[in-house]
Amino acid sequence: MSTVTGSSTGSSKESKGWQGVSDDWGGEIEAFRDVPWGKAMMWIFLLSDTFIFSCFLVSYMTVRMSTTVDWPLTSEVFALTVNGVHVPLLLIAIMTFILITSSGTMAMAVNYGYRRDKKKTFWLMLVTAILGASFVGMQAFEWSKLIEEGVRPWGNPMGAAQFGAAFFMITGFHGLHVSIGVIYLLVVAFKVKRGDYDDTGFEIVEITGLYWHFVDLVWVFIFAFFYLW
Amino acid sequence: MSDTIHAQGDGQQHPIGIYLKIWLLLFVLSTLSYMVDYINLQGYLRWTLIIIFMLLKAGLIIAIFMHMMWERLALVYAILLPPLCLLILIALMAVEGDTTMLSRIIYFGEGG
Repeated sequence: MSTVTGSSTGSSKESKGWQGVSDDWGGEIEAFRDVPWGKAMMWIFLLSDTFIFSCFLVSYMTVRMSTTVDWPLTSEVFALTVNGVHVPLLLIAIMTFILITSSGTMAMAVNYGYRRDKKKTFWLMLVTAILGASFVGMQAFEWSKLIEEGVRPWGNPMGAAQFGAAFFMITGFHGLHVSIGVIYLLVVAFKVKRGDYDDTGFEIVEITGLYWHFVDLVWVFIFAFFYLW
Repeated sequence: MSDTIHAQGDGQQHPIGIYLKIWLLLFVLSTLSYMVDYINLQGYLRWTLIIIFMLLKAGLIIAIFMHMMWERLALVYAILLPPLCLLILIALMAVEGDTTMLSRIIYFGEGG
């Protein structure tokens, strides 16, 4: 009884549902069948990262619920005036679309990676990294705008003092993830191009993709709870 | 997904079109959640819509982009069930936050 490899996928003997869970965990085989080791580990890292971001978001909820001072109106704080037109949350909306687009290009890069189309994989990963970098750039712009307006981790002129702490911690930690992701993407993209994975397979592109989609996923929650709420 | 191709055990392979469709759907959902703020909906309607659009987007990203819907249940449950205990943390901290706010009003007045 050796480990089960990809070639046996789709055989009708595989049990599904809860019986499958029980068999996979109890059968003295690899629990995560057909899942490359690196991918399983990336999922577990992302699970731990979920808890870190959840701690930030729950802390934000707690301070926002417990303050007796009005919370600053995010719709107004993050508004931009373009050609004399006042648009609420404009920059944040653009950042959201950019991150979703980068997730789309990443998903396609993973697909072309498994098709062993190195050229398309490389370019799609590069586009993903550029979109990610532009996201970080806009965040830097947003930070400097707020700092200029007097927002600090310990207070701000718009309302509840906890706003700054929550904003800088949550978006800062997310921005750090995006920045690391951009570096990670560039490294893997150039290794793909150089042919480092020609013999070992292109799971690494999917693993990088998982990290990148997670960054997008976290932004979905930040967008909803911090900016829209 | 019967049309899923598992070519030579070479990982997840799906038609490229599905990613483009999900991408488009995520765009639409993001626009809708932005519109909630833009047309300035308030109260329970606002919060319900924000949560619905958020969960739909998160679900699509996890299920399709992260390939969760094609993984075996052993992995799906190992990753997706543990975060459910966060619901307890959220409930506890909501009670805590509420108590703190009430005691601030009682002892420090509205300005605290």
